[in-house]
Amino acid sequence: MSPGGSAPPTDIIEVQGITKRFPGVVALDRVDLAIRRGEVHVLVGQNGAGKSSLVKVLCGIYPPDEGRILYEGAPYAPRNTLAAIRAGIRVVYQEFNLLPFLSVAENIFFQRLPRRAGLVDFKTLYRDAEAMLQEVGLPISPRARVEALGVAQLQLLEIAKALSTQSKVLILDEPTATLTPREIHRLFEIIARLKEKGVTVVYISHRLQEVFDVGDRVTVLRNGRKVETLTAREATIPQIVKLMVGKEMGEEYPFHAEVQPGSEILRVEDLRHRGSSQAVSFALHQGELLGVSGLVGSGRTETMRALFGADPKASGRIYREGREVAIHSPRDAVRHGVCLLTEDRKVQGLILDMACTVNVTITDLARVSRAGLLQPGVERSATAGLVSDLDIKTPSVDQLARNLSGGNQQKLVIAKWLFRHAAVLVCDEPTRGIDVGARYEIYTLLWRLAAEGKGIVIVSSDLPELMGICHRILVFSNGKITGDVARADFGQERILSLAYQEYVREPSGPHADHPAAAGAV
Amino acid sequence: MRARQLFYLLLREAGIGLALALIVILFSAFAPHFASLANLTNIFTQISINTVISVGMTFVILLGGIDLSVGSVLALATVVAGMVITQESYPPDVAILLAVLASAAIGMACGFFNGFVTERWKIHSFVVTLGMLNIARGAALQISKSRTIFSFPEGFNQVGSQTVLGVPVIFLIAVAMVLAGRFILNRTVFGRMIYAIGNNEEAVRLSGHNPSTYKVAAFTVCGAMVGLAAIMYMMRLNIASPILGAGFELNAIAAVVIGGTSMSGGKGSMVGTFLGACIMGVLNNGLLLLGMGDFARLMVTGLIIVVAVIIDKYRARAFLRSTFQQGRP
Repeated sequence: MSPGGSAPPTDIIEVQGITKRFPGVVALDRVDLAIRRGEVHVLVGQNGAGKSSLVKVLCGIYPPDEGRILYEGAPYAPRNTLAAIRAGIRVVYQEFNLLPFLSVAENIFFQRLPRRAGLVDFKTLYRDAEAMLQEVGLPISPRARVEALGVAQLQLLEIAKALSTQSKVLILDEPTATLTPREIHRLFEIIARLKEKGVTVVYISHRLQEVFDVGDRVTVLRNGRKVETLTAREATIPQIVKLMVGKEMGEEYPFHAEVQPGSEILRVEDLRHRGSSQAVSFALHQGELLGVSGLVGSGRTETMRALFGADPKASGRIYREGREVAIHSPRDAVRHGVCLLTEDRKVQGLILDMACTVNVTITDLARVSRAGLLQPGVERSATAGLVSDLDIKTPSVDQLARNLSGGNQQKLVIAKWLFRHAAVLVCDEPTRGIDVGARYEIYTLLWRLAAEGKGIVIVSSDLPELMGICHRILVFSNGKITGDVARADFGQERILSLAYQEYVREPSGPHADHPAAAGAV
Repeated sequence: MRARQLFYLLLREAGIGLALALIVILFSAFAPHFASLANLTNIFTQISINTVISVGMTFVILLGGIDLSVGSVLALATVVAGMVITQESYPPDVAILLAVLASAAIGMACGFFNGFVTERWKIHSFVVTLGMLNIARGAALQISKSRTIFSFPEGFNQVGSQTVLGVPVIFLIAVAMVLAGRFILNRTVFGRMIYAIGNNEEAVRLSGHNPSTYKVAAFTVCGAMVGLAAIMYMMRLNIASPILGAGFELNAIAAVVIGGTSMSGGKGSMVGTFLGACIMGVLNNGLLLLGMGDFARLMVTGLIIVVAVIIDKYRARAFLRSTFQQGRP
């Protein structure tokens, strides 16, 4: 806006009656939305509520079928993402759009590398990149290769990249999904600083608490429609949840005191994954929900992958119902009834472009074949049984896994392990990226499996979730298990302090207490 | 949703079939002598060898791999089989049987080597089979002392020109291999694993399988097909020679790709491959009848491959788009 001109409109973006249809579904239904200049506007809604579609319309990926958008008071219809970026609207996605083999600096300034005489001016590049990194509080060298970074660092790097183009509107799509509490705190500081500079932030999140942590206003979407826009200060979580689901929710976390852990089903002794100097030991019982907490990078995921044989382990013994078993590969683990629901269900859990049947029966093809010949009838009926048992919403068992919603995909992953009659289920972040209603269904399902006598390990970054549903929580800190907390002793502060315990002692620098930063130095 | 999937499946298969039909109609109208029984028989014979190799290649490409060594391995297999079959110490029938077994064994051994090295040291099959391309060619020249072997038993030579109800026997063998390949891919656990691994190897591994076993097996199957193709080639040419089969790998890859199989693995079909091989054969034959020279034909064939892949890209995109949108209500 030129100084001295007429006052800019208070709403930087005005969405008017936007409708977007896809074959068989209306993704956005006459949505009106006003985003004020310089505010942090949070978009919430269940999966499929239309948040992503709205973002894609704003950043030029989907042209709307009806309605229009005013940006800075003028009609705005970007033809592609580049046009949106030029106009000053930029999205930071959950999936990272980074080039792994290039340096941090090259990634930040990829679209407009500083040049001198036709060559890249590396001196300027690194200096500018350093400044951007400082802006987002990322203590890494601009010369570092992106492939060496951790997930949290990638997220901050994406934000630095977005800031480098002088965006007026920054859209953050689930930025905290992969961050630890400490990193989330830093992100909020960055957002506050951006706000001071007059940048408008549209913030999408499944974590409702964040509405109050960063938001000025919050808009709730449901089934492609805008339900309401509230002022964050006046809203409450129950009120938002009610608007999201359209009905009152029961107790958020199920816990069944009558299901008590029985005899030992799995014992791990001195397990050490490669890349760790610490060994861990723990036990799991029949009918037990064992939570595993800790910061990202504290060794939770790595330990579980080593237990399952997905990654080689440096040492350790594993006992199933008291008998020592040798697990060197996922094949061994599955044979001994131990299964892993990986953190990333799309990349590692499912074969997205194949049918539900294929995904379910892959764990035990011997059961649906005779003499090496598949029996499609047996396969379909077995899958149909699990689909209805777990209430997986799909029009047919022949549907491609890709076409299921996040929550149903997660249930499909559970179904494939039930098909194998797994006795021990290790679930790594089972509810990440899943909406409130589907989360509750997953919890209920895990409880049902526990009641049937299975042993269940739940790795999660969502502490209230673990405290809500688990009998016991193991706390990982810098590769060690620093706590084994019984339900009676659950408390956020207690568990968090255990999670940070092994980091605070290291004296070697301002960020040494941070797992990801320690890894990069 | 099932209907929609079926529709796209039809589009995928029928698209290639339609292209083939169109080419056949055009040549029938414009190329002299194209639409004659003699020429049809001729085409059948010409595409048989490539079809059998392409069946094997389909397994490998469905896994995201590639086998560049098929042409050289074919030469090596003919040389070994030729030396066995011309041993005068055996009666002709026994010599033929031993030669077929020797050829299959050579093909499978080379295929196993390709698969084993690829998987054991996690090297891209492009590099491993490029090595095998030279190893097998060298071995063929070495053991034959770069001489052509001939004077096979009469019964063996005749098979190459025999027909059943007017259809060449070696073409029937090729069709049988296509059907067998299709059966394996669609109906067996092995076939299921091929598609699953081609789509998402890590997910298959984490489901409790060892993908390497299946990948090595797929390369071995491809080798077996090459061994069979070698025998068929000997039946047709009545010679064995270390210089046979140069460039066969490219024809096989072209047939598989024209047939709609994705080079990154996981998507494709045996029928598609067969239609791809037919398109290559018909084009070659028809253009020749139209009086086009070798060089020009090479250019046209090359162009067709590129165009086929471009069309496939659009088809895949349309397919993905439709499914994506269903997934984002």
